[in-house]
Amino acid sequence: MSSNKVIHALYDDDDVLLKAVKSIKDEKHPIEEVYTPFPVHGLDKVLGLEGTRIAIMSFIYGCIGFSVAVAMINYIMIVDWPQNIGGKPSFSFLENMPAFVPVMFEMTVFFAAHLMVITFYLRSKLWPFKEAENPNPLTTDDKFLVEVAVEENEKELTALLKKTGAIDIALIDKDH
Amino acid sequence: MLILVGAAGLVAGFLSAPSSVAEAQAMVADAHHGEGHGEAHGEATATGHGNNHADNSPAAETTDGHAETATHDAETHGDDHGEHLLHQLQNKPWAALYVAAFFFMMIALGTLAFYAIQRAAQAGWSILLFRVMEGITAYLLPGTLIVLFLLVLSGMHLNHLFIWMDPEVVAHDKIIQGKVAYLNVPFFLARAVFYILGWNFYRYISRKYSLAQDAANDISNHKKNFRWSAGFLVFFIVTESMMSWDWIMSIDPHWFSTLFGWYVFASMFVSGITMIALITIYLKSKGYLPEVNDSHIHDLGKFMFGISVFWTYLWFSQFMLIWYSNIPEEVTYFITRIEDYNLPFFGMLVMNFIFPLLVLMNSDYKRSNYIIVGVGIVVVLGHYIDIFNMIMPSAVGDQWFIGMAEIGGFLFFLGLFLWVVFSALSKAPLIAKGDPYMGESERYHY
Repeated sequence: MSSNKVIHALYDDDDVLLKAVKSIKDEKHPIEEVYTPFPVHGLDKVLGLEGTRIAIMSFIYGCIGFSVAVAMINYIMIVDWPQNIGGKPSFSFLENMPAFVPVMFEMTVFFAAHLMVITFYLRSKLWPFKEAENPNPLTTDDKFLVEVAVEENEKELTALLKKTGAIDIALIDKDH
Repeated sequence: MLILVGAAGLVAGFLSAPSSVAEAQAMVADAHHGEGHGEAHGEATATGHGNNHADNSPAAETTDGHAETATHDAETHGDDHGEHLLHQLQNKPWAALYVAAFFFMMIALGTLAFYAIQRAAQAGWSILLFRVMEGITAYLLPGTLIVLFLLVLSGMHLNHLFIWMDPEVVAHDKIIQGKVAYLNVPFFLARAVFYILGWNFYRYISRKYSLAQDAANDISNHKKNFRWSAGFLVFFIVTESMMSWDWIMSIDPHWFSTLFGWYVFASMFVSGITMIALITIYLKSKGYLPEVNDSHIHDLGKFMFGISVFWTYLWFSQFMLIWYSNIPEEVTYFITRIEDYNLPFFGMLVMNFIFPLLVLMNSDYKRSNYIIVGVGIVVVLGHYIDIFNMIMPSAVGDQWFIGMAEIGGFLFFLGLFLWVVFSALSKAPLIAKGDPYMGESERYHY
């Protein structure tokens, strides 16, 4: 990296932001990060981000939850202490299975949801009391911020950002 | 457009040809019931008799009053059972006809409900599909009239689908006697006419405003359509529920389930949505709906996925409570289905739940035409089997098989359905261009 300088361009509208990101990309300026107060529809595509893999993880987590539920119920209700379920044969998992379906369903959902959230936190490097990485608190309110790396082309870049409708442009040196 | 009608007509002709043979065979089967009776009788006295007496006393009264009277009187059991079998076998082609007629009527009705929901919710994405939906609901009028006709024939005692219509059965059956105030032929038919009038009236009004909107300068037609749709949905959910009690649940007059109306609704809803997806993809592949993009297909796929799960939820809710409580008068319903209909009963669960669940879970698969068509065909067939499972066990007991009458009936109504739908599609522009949300639908992008 030749320099650690970045430009922070502030926008106040998500449509303007989308178009701006598109034209910055077209000019081949490296966008480091975009901060938005809410998920902007289509931004990931414009930025060229990879599709999320959390969906496949959620499926795997669901399968884990399902298996845990089956193993757990089988041990608790059939093996360890056979329970009388509506007078059905109490030593058979399969014949009592319908009564266990709600539990299996809940466990599947529970595992999928919780493990997915935990995965998301780990993946995004979030934990309690973490310092916010957000460079400008306005982006938690109603403004959008694009961070573009500068490589000896500050003027050209500033002009471009002005043209795309940025309401504020600041040069930040990340070295300090 | 004309080419399309021609193609559809060909398809219809092609499809109805085997069915007329089948219908003929069904007639032959009817005529041969004397023989079938003899055979079945012998078999029954040999095996069925002993079985029925020995172990499943709750199952013995499953099917209908005949069985019950039979178990009451051991001496005449053989004869009564033979007669019972005869009725079951005579019922079979009727039941096959009725299942297919009801199934395709149900697709049109489910689509109508979906359409009304889109209208009432002022949905923006689905406008491009409105004409497809209207095309499918065009089958509602012939479909309901055919079902009504079959019900009238039952009311005239030309078949024994609805055993509570037989005064002799009622005379020996305390439970049905208690329900006579509701289950009697004139009131039954009057209700049927009432539902059918209501549904078709909405379909007529809505189609009229939808077409008028194409040429209109303001959106007054759209607003009227909105109001009628909201009103229709209220009317629909009440009449649909009652219809399911009348037209399906009453075939088994001892049994009842409080969520049956919802269950049938879920089945018709998912079949209707799937049919919309199938016809939309077909039309698109012929180049008629260029604006429909994969986001529209994706949304239909999401609905197929979601309502399939919803259907399973209701199916299981109904099953588990009855299974758990194990009350003889309720549980016989599932005992017949699990013992005599094991394959279709669990097969439909695979077709209607596990298969779409696993295949449609992936977001990209819901955008692929091939996968939607493949899953759609399985789901439509699965819900045919669902209706089959609702009607057949009560009508023909364990004397079922998928024979000429079933396949023929299915193909006949499929042909009729396609012919009506595609000729209705060709009668109006495929794009409801006057709709105020049209632009939104065209730009719709996930």
